[in-house]
Parts: sequence; structure tokens; C-alpha cells
Amino acid sequence: MSKFRKDDNKETPAISTSSLPDIVFMLLFFFMVTTTMRETTLKVKIKLPAATEISKLEKKSLVSYIYVGPPTQPYQAVYGNEPRIQLNDKFSKLTDIADFVEAERQAREEQEQKMIVTSLKVDEFTKMGIVTDIKQELRKAAALHINYSSRKSSQTR
Amino acid sequence: MAKKVPEAPAASLADIAFMLLIFFLVTTTMDVDSGLERRLPQWVNPEDIDDTPPIKERNIFVVLVDRNNRLMVESELSRVDELREKTKEFLTNPMNLPNLPEKIVKDIPYFGPTEVLTASAVISLRNDVGTTYGTYIEVQNELIAAINELRETLAQEKFGKPFAKLNSDQQDAIKEIYPQKISEAEPKKIGGI
Repeated sequence: MSKFRKDDNKETPAISTSSLPDIVFMLLFFFMVTTTMRETTLKVKIKLPAATEISKLEKKSLVSYIYVGPPTQPYQAVYGNEPRIQLNDKFSKLTDIADFVEAERQAREEQEQKMIVTSLKVDEFTKMGIVTDIKQELRKAAALHINYSSRKSSQTR
Repeated sequence: MAKKVPEAPAASLADIAFMLLIFFLVTTTMDVDSGLERRLPQWVNPEDIDDTPPIKERNIFVVLVDRNNRLMVESELSRVDELREKTKEFLTNPMNLPNLPEKIVKDIPYFGPTEVLTASAVISLRNDVGTTYGTYIEVQNELIAAINELRETLAQEKFGKPFAKLNSDQQDAIKEIYPQKISEAEPKKIGGI
């Protein structure tokens, strides 16, 4: 008889799953490394305006955020419906912006302090009055590099 | 006789790892923040501002947005989708019209002596306290789009490459021809009915 004769009645062996944990762990480590946890909880509702001529914010560590929008449902009883400023985790007043900018500066290396970008995440339906006031505060605090955060709109004219 | 310790079953390891994996998948935010990049002017004390420096009327492109989000470009009501063309016309002044900005001849690397707008030519954007932020961004976007389109066209004409692919010297040369000069006036009330 031939040595290579097929064993016809043998069943196909089950695929070994012993390497499955390794594969899953590899994926897990990838996501653990790339993940950036949201460090602030949003207390204001923000729907960003759409724009086409947008540029990306390169280094996330150099960006500080100012949120403006109407408070979300749980906070409306206390803070009302009018757009409010949120810095870090709490509602703030205009006069707090100078301190906030200074704190953001102190949190960075000295050579990086000049490259800080302030990203304004402002709700579409906010009135410009509050935005202009924020801009004036930022100018006073010499945080001149700003970014009006916006969505990429698909429509091209 | 020592009994052999039974090995811990490893079958559930995959499930545990999967659970962790799903947690990180859900919490991950991959999106990159993006937006319109602008630079604010230096802070000047309101008392130090002397009267507006004399810029000729033809050298300013006035864009007003009132509190009903209506747009006024160079003293006439207009729609947002007309703004881009008007801005481009202002920035190029192709026919050398007397109501559009003056031009001077300037020596620019790669281009040689070229006609560019005078240094005082500026786009002036003003908004009311009651203007909606969305409209403001829309207008800003159109102004920046107009400048970017002009730069893009010039880059294609001169170098046959998109603006983003040019080296920094070439980009600077084009930026000198079409500077991004958008001035935002000190806040004041414009009104609107």
C-alpha cells in the first residue's frame, strides 16, 4: 500500500484556539496605547459649526480648551439656558479666563509655552457677544493663537 | 506522595481579554480636533488707540454681519455664497478698477517683479453682539476659502503643484502675493432691525 494513502474516515481536527488570547491581547495593547481618555466631562451642550477650510490640531498636549454652550439638562435648573463658559470641569466667569490661561502655561514646559493653541469649542447658536468677550480676554492674556473648532463639512462649492 | 496541583484553566483568558478590549474600544476617541486657525492681534489698551489710521476706502473690504445674521459686503446686502467671489475680486482687482484696492509692484522670489495689493489693503470683518456664532464661522470660512483658492490657483499656474506640496520658500512667496489679512475691529454695536 502507498504510504501517502489518505485516511478517509478521519475527521478534520478542530482549529486550535490557544493563540486567541495572544491575538486579543495584541489588539488590547494597541487600543490601550492609542486611547486618550476624555479628561473633562462636558457640562455644556455643543454642536460645532461646519466649515471647509479647516486645519488639524497637531499636538494634542499643546491644546487647551474653552467650551461655550447652553448647560446640559441636569445643570439647567441652576445655571439656566443661556450659553455659559466651561473651563476644565466647572462653569466659569469671563474673569477666570486669565487665570486659566496662566495655569495652562504653567502646566507646560517652558519652550512649549509659546506654542499653546487655545481651541474654542463653541455651540453654533451662541451669540457672538460672549465669544468676542472671550477673545478680548485671550488677547489680554496674550494667548493669541486660537482655533475655532469646527466640523468638516462635506459640501464643496 | 505529593499530589500534582491542577493547572488553572486558560480557556476563559480570551473572554477576559475580550472584555477589556471592548472597554478600550468604546472609550477610545480617535478623532482629531480640527478647526479654523486664526491669530488674534496683540492686546492694545483702548485708551491708546488713536483715531483710525487713514486707510483709503478702496483699500478696505468691509464685511458686516448684523444681529439678524444678515451680511453686508461693501455697503450692499449680500448672500454668503456671493462672498467668496467678491473677496477674490477684491484681492486680485483684475481690471485695475478705481474702487478696488491699489496695486504696487514688488520684487518677490520665484516671481520677479509682480503686481500685488498695497500693504494697507485689508479685509475688515465686523459683527454685532447678537450675531450667531455659526454665521460668523461661515463668513470666516468663506473669506479663508477665497484666499486659499487664490493661492491654490497660483501654485498650480506657477509650479504645477498643489499649494500644500510646495516647499516653504515657495509657499512664502505665494503668501506674500496673497496674504491672509483679515482684521477684526474692536467690538462695537452695529445693530440691525
